[in-house]
Amino acid sequence: MQFFFEVLIAGLLSGVMYALVALGFVLIFKASGVFNFAQGAMVFFAALTAVGLKEEFNLSLWVAIPLTMVVMIVLGFAIERIVLRPLVNQHDITLFMATIGLTFFLEGLVQLIWGSTVRKLDLGIPDVPIEVVMSKTGMLVSQFDVIAAGICAVMVALLAILFNKTKIGRALRAVADDHQAALSVGIPLQHVWGIVWAVAGIVALVAGLLWGSRNGVQFALTFVALKALPVLIIGGFTSVPGAIVGGLIIGASEKLAEVFIGPYVGGGIEGWFPYVLALLFLLVRPEGLFGEKIIRRI
Amino acid sequence: MKLKLLKALTVAAVAAASTVTSTLATAQEQFIPILSYRVGLYAAGGSGFFGGAIDYFNLVNANGGINGVKISWEECETEYNASRGVECYERLKKKNGGASLVEPLGTGIAYGVLDRLPVDKIPMTTMGYGRSDAANGQVFPYVFPLITSYWNQAAGMIKHLGDKAGGLDKLKGKKIVHLYHDSAFGKEPFPVLEALEKSLGYQLIKIPVAHPGTEQNSQWLQIRQANPDYVILWGWGVMNAVAIKTAARNGFPREKMLGVWWAGSEEDTIPAGDAAKGYTTMTFNTPGNYPVIDEIRKKVYGAGKGNLADKDRIGSVYHMRGITAAMLWIEGIRNAQNKYGKGKVMTGEQIRWGLENINVDEKRQRELGAFNMFPTIKTSCQDHEGSGAVKVQVWDGKAWKAVTPNWIQGDRAMVQKMVAESSAKYAAEKKITPACLPG
Repeated sequence: MQFFFEVLIAGLLSGVMYALVALGFVLIFKASGVFNFAQGAMVFFAALTAVGLKEEFNLSLWVAIPLTMVVMIVLGFAIERIVLRPLVNQHDITLFMATIGLTFFLEGLVQLIWGSTVRKLDLGIPDVPIEVVMSKTGMLVSQFDVIAAGICAVMVALLAILFNKTKIGRALRAVADDHQAALSVGIPLQHVWGIVWAVAGIVALVAGLLWGSRNGVQFALTFVALKALPVLIIGGFTSVPGAIVGGLIIGASEKLAEVFIGPYVGGGIEGWFPYVLALLFLLVRPEGLFGEKIIRRI
Repeated sequence: MKLKLLKALTVAAVAAASTVTSTLATAQEQFIPILSYRVGLYAAGGSGFFGGAIDYFNLVNANGGINGVKISWEECETEYNASRGVECYERLKKKNGGASLVEPLGTGIAYGVLDRLPVDKIPMTTMGYGRSDAANGQVFPYVFPLITSYWNQAAGMIKHLGDKAGGLDKLKGKKIVHLYHDSAFGKEPFPVLEALEKSLGYQLIKIPVAHPGTEQNSQWLQIRQANPDYVILWGWGVMNAVAIKTAARNGFPREKMLGVWWAGSEEDTIPAGDAAKGYTTMTFNTPGNYPVIDEIRKKVYGAGKGNLADKDRIGSVYHMRGITAAMLWIEGIRNAQNKYGKGKVMTGEQIRWGLENINVDEKRQRELGAFNMFPTIKTSCQDHEGSGAVKVQVWDGKAWKAVTPNWIQGDRAMVQKMVAESSAKYAAEKKITPACLPG
């Protein structure tokens, strides 16, 4: 039983890391109704830029991180100006295709600037078991994972305040519902999109730093976005709490499945199991657990 | 940042210009297509390996070429993707008088072009990867898994673990986990590990990791529960650093981990930080510095023609592996020239013969400035591998150091028997009559 709980806790903590990436998707989707295919590339772009600035210019990481935030904000506004503004009122699929193009551009650009070698990133958070937990329960719970969960909680709180308690949040929701209607009542669409892409860039930076510290800063960071997709399907594309709950469900279920079902089917099921789960959710609740139920007149 | 970007763009422009220069090679140059990958998931390995090969080409050219014949090359980016690799092969195979040989550094691409090689008469080297049974040149006349294959590596691993335990017989009853990338690459050593499990009596526990391997918590929890004596890490790319870090998190001693040689580079250990200290892997290069690397520093990087942007990577595992591969290609071309005409450009068919008659003994290694950098190698029609010897290296926190001073070999007789059986099966499937091609 202890082993079961150990796997469950490890899964829940991994799920928090997935949720962190999923948050970036939710932000863009809430503001534009578009699935941002480039979110994984943004995670990679942000992490590599932070480490690149630190190593190439001999900066402290705590100087490189704010500088990267500025870079991500500039990038967010540049994406709005160059990619999105010409596509206002275009079909969703057009905007989605634009984010696919953006993915390849960002991946290529960041490797062109900083190179493609794997870089080490040390945030100073030890990735070791918490001794108190280990001595009292015999279970290994990583200190890094717990701190990452705390950071994620702070991010969610801040985003919840942004969406629900600020003028920008209301504008975001209006823009997401209807671009043209929002424009007609005087909401500055370009401004709102710029802000939301900049915030998504900062979320990508936080996710990139945590994942990069764990696995090294390398191209594989773009792949963590693939884990976010089933998280979004389960939690709902428009819900910040949904991203967290979806992340926890995916994290826990994939780990339990790998450990307890995997050995009977040859193992290695962690990669596809979340998608199967997401498919099942799509069949019974297509809008996800917390997503907005869309009813359209036919 | 802007300056850096401008610098990067300038470097890219210069690289593009040099590619064009290579493309416009004259008929008196020996053309080698480079199916490289410098972006994407496995860019770190690709840039180091192909950087090493190109550095060696530049050194050969700086020294006057092969009996006066200069090497020319053109790069094509495969991103380690099989379909792109095949496309690159098709695009470059007839350029500049025809490809001398190919080295895709990827099992998927190697499988993709395998059947085209005898038709195009272009030899392919697969140094340390690909089909292990391709060592039989009578069935695979155009494929050269030079130095050593996965099967010999797996046998070498068990030999080393046996030595650590105090003898192969001491492995009886021990638990060995094979933690592998869930792909053809990760499954390649199964036949050897399973055969040795039967004969030596250890318990083999196979645990797959889904691609790309960024999450391994569940695998390491299973390992912790199994409490094995050793873990063989058969990974590639991000999977390796994650495995090392997750092992540390789960309190598994790194000294009990033994990685495949694709899990034994600086790119695998540096991102893992202190967790990698004491971690061991297989290798077919002895870590260290060699006269040939000093010569590359002096003549190639000194002349501003070095291929690596980061000079700290000179002599790193992948860079040295690329130099080794290029050195053996040049030896093959030199052999061909000795037979078919010195100072002439060789065809793929002639180079195939040259690769089949490589003999780099200790004397020749010294002449090449690479004594003990790799095991001595002697190829033949029956043995396209030519060695099968391996070493074990350890990461001391800053650099790789050899653990085994001498080259070691596993159960080579068993591996050769398996190669014969597997290649015979392949020959029957493809209706190939095994035979040595005439020189």
